[in-house]
Amino acid sequence: MSFHARMDYSPAKFHKSERRLADVGEPFRFSPEHQATFDRLVTHYPAERRKSAILYALYLVQEQQGYVSRAAMRFVAEQIGCTPAEVEDVVTYYVMFFQKPVGTYALAVCRTLSCALAGAERVTEALSDHLGVPVGGTDASGTFTLLEFECLGACDRAPVVMVNNDHWHEHLTPDGVPKFIEDLRVKGLAALTGCHHKVE
Amino acid sequence: MAYEPVLTKFVKEPNCYTLDFYKAKDLGYEALRKAVTTMQPNDVIEMVKASGLRGRGGAGFPTGLKWQFVLKDTPKPKYICCNADESEPGTFKDHLLMERNPHLLIEGCAIGCYAIGAKVAYIYIRGEFYHVQKVLEQQIEEAYRAGFLGKNIFGSGFDCDVFVHRGAGAYEAGEETALIESLEGKRAQPRIKPPFPAVSGLYNCPSAVNNVETLANVPLIISKGVEWFTSLGPEKNNGPKLYCVSGHVKNPGVFEATMDVSLKELILGDQYAGGMKDGRTLKAVIPGGSSTPVLLPDQIDIPASFDAVAKAGSMLGSAAIMAVDDTTCMVWLAKNLLAFYRHESCGKCTPCREGADWLLKLLTRIEAGEGQMKDIDLLLDVSKNIGGKTLCPFGDAEIAPVLSTIKHFRHEYEAHVREGCCTIPAPWRGTRAPALAGHH
Ligand SMILES: Cc1cc2nc3c(=O)[nH]c(=O)nc-3n(C[C@H](O)[C@H](O)[C@H](O)COP(=O)(O)O)c2cc1C
Ligand code: SF4
Ligand code: FES
Repeated sequence: MSFHARMDYSPAKFHKSERRLADVGEPFRFSPEHQATFDRLVTHYPAERRKSAILYALYLVQEQQGYVSRAAMRFVAEQIGCTPAEVEDVVTYYVMFFQKPVGTYALAVCRTLSCALAGAERVTEALSDHLGVPVGGTDASGTFTLLEFECLGACDRAPVVMVNNDHWHEHLTPDGVPKFIEDLRVKGLAALTGCHHKVE
Repeated sequence: MAYEPVLTKFVKEPNCYTLDFYKAKDLGYEALRKAVTTMQPNDVIEMVKASGLRGRGGAGFPTGLKWQFVLKDTPKPKYICCNADESEPGTFKDHLLMERNPHLLIEGCAIGCYAIGAKVAYIYIRGEFYHVQKVLEQQIEEAYRAGFLGKNIFGSGFDCDVFVHRGAGAYEAGEETALIESLEGKRAQPRIKPPFPAVSGLYNCPSAVNNVETLANVPLIISKGVEWFTSLGPEKNNGPKLYCVSGHVKNPGVFEATMDVSLKELILGDQYAGGMKDGRTLKAVIPGGSSTPVLLPDQIDIPASFDAVAKAGSMLGSAAIMAVDDTTCMVWLAKNLLAFYRHESCGKCTPCREGADWLLKLLTRIEAGEGQMKDIDLLLDVSKNIGGKTLCPFGDAEIAPVLSTIKHFRHEYEAHVREGCCTIPAPWRGTRAPALAGHH
C-alpha cells in the first residue's frame, strides 16, 4: 500500500464502508402468479443458463413490491441459483430497478438533448416546484417520485416522461405540469397519452 | 421519381401490426417460405452479401459478411441476437418498426436464424420500450400459431424460436458484447475482443448481433431480389433507410428514404422535417446520434449515406439527425451530452469512466462562466487521453461532442470565459444549475 502525503487516510474516512445498501425489508416470495410467470420465462433460456432470466425476476419483484429489497435479492438468488452478491451487482447497474421504495407514480423525465431542446429542463423544474421535491425525491403524500432519465427513444415527441417504467406521456410543457399532476392523481395512469405512434 | 417506402409503407394504417394485415398487404412470411423451402442457408448468406446490406445499428458493417463469419463447424448451438436496445440519443426508428411492423422483424429473425444455422433468436429490447414489447410478444405468439415460428416451419424441418428479452435501462447494453453479457444476466459491460461474437458470443456460442432495421431488410431482399435492393441509393449504400429527425424542427419524426437523400433535405425539406421551428435558422446538425461529430449548416448538402457523412468528417451512425437552431449554446449542448455519457459509462475502463466525469466537470464549470481559457485546452487534452484508449467505442463517442463543438464553436467557449456567463441563454433552458453528480 502506498501513501499519498495529501490524502486523508484516517479511519474515520476509509475504514467504513460508504456503500449504500438496499433496505433488507420483509422476507420475500413471489406471489403464485409471479412464480408461474417466472417459471415460464426461464424456459426461454437453456436449462443451465437460468441467470439470463434475472432481469425478468427483478421486474417481477418490483411489480410485486414496488422496489427491490435485499431480502428480495436473496430470494432472486435462490430462484436463479447464484449468489446474492451477483444479484446486487445487477440491481445496482440498471437504472430501472429501484433500491428503495418510490411513490405510487415514478416520473422519469427524459433530460437528453432532443427533450432538453424542447424544454425538458423547465418541465423538470416545474415538476420539482409543484411537488416540492428535488430530483430523486418523493413528495410528502408518497404519490410522486421525480426522476431524470436519459434518452427514452421517442425524441420526436419531446419532451417525454415515462411513468412506472411502463407508461408514457409526451409533449410535456412547464405550464401543463399542474394539470398533468392533477390528472394523474384523479384518473391514474389513464391520464397518460401513451407513447404509441398515434397514427390510426 | 418518388420513392415508395417499404419498411414503413403501412405504418399509418389501422391494424397494420397484425398478422392478418401483414399477410394481406405486406410480405406475409413468403420470404421465409422461399428461404427455407427453396434455398440453402448459404444461398441466403450469399444473397444478403450480394445486396451489400450494411448494418443499421451504427457501424455500417456488411451483414452478409457478419453472417458468413459465424462459425459453422461446431456442435454448439448458434444464436441471433437482435439489437433492439435503441439507446443512442436521437434514435427512435426501431421503436416505430417494432410497434407498427413487427412481423417484418420477426420474419427477418427467422431468416437470419436459418442462414447462420441457429434455432433461437433473442430480441434484446430496451426496458423502457415495454409498450412496444407487448405488441411484439403478442405478434410473435400469432406467428407461432400460424406455424411461421416453432417446429418444422413450412414442412422444411427448420425449427426456430424467437424470444423477447427485456433490458433494464443501460445505454451500454447496445454495444454488441455488452448486450450479450446483459442477455446472460450480468451487468452490461463489454467483453474484450477477439474473440468476436461470431466465434464466441452468447453462452460462448457462435452468434450474430444484428440491429432491428438490419433484420427487417432481410425479408425484403429475399422477396424483392438483390437487383431491386442495389437499385436503391448510391453504390455501397444501398437499400431503404430510416432516418430519425428531431430537435428544433417543425415536424420531427421517422422518415424512410434511400441514401441519396441529402441531410439538408431531411431537415429542411417539406416532405421530411419541414425546416426549423418558429422561423429560426439552423445552427448545427448532429447527423447520426449523439456519438457523432457535429456538422455545420454548410456541410449538410451531402447524401445521408454511410460514406458521404464519413467523408464530411462525421458518421451516419444510427441515422439520428438532431438539428439545433441559433438559440442553442454549443457549450450547453456538449454539457448536456456529457451528462449522458457520464451517466451511461459502464465503468469498466478508466479513461472512459473517469474521463467522462472530468469532461462534464470542466464543461459545467465553463458553461457556468467559472472556467478559464486553459480549461478549453484541458478539455482537448483529456479527450486525447480517452480517444482510442478504451475497450469499446463508447470512449470515442463521448469525446465527439466535445471535440466537434470546440472545433467549430471555440469562440463560444471563449465567450463564456470572457463574459463569465453564458451569452446565449435560451428561454427553453432550465434556470437552475444542475447538481453535478446525478445518480450513477
Ligand atoms: C456504446 C454503443 C452503443 C450502441 N447502441 C446500439 C443500439 O442501441 N442499437 C444498435 O442496434 N446498435 C448499437 N450499437 C452498435 C452495436 O454494437 C452493433 O454494432 C450493432 O448492433 C450491430 O448490428 P448491425 O450490424 O445490424 O448494425 C452500439 C454500439 C456502441 C459502441
Ligand atoms: S469505453 Fe466506457 S462504456 Fe466502453 S467498456 Fe470502457 S468504460 Fe465501458
Ligand atoms: S432525447 Fe428524450 S426521448 Fe430522446
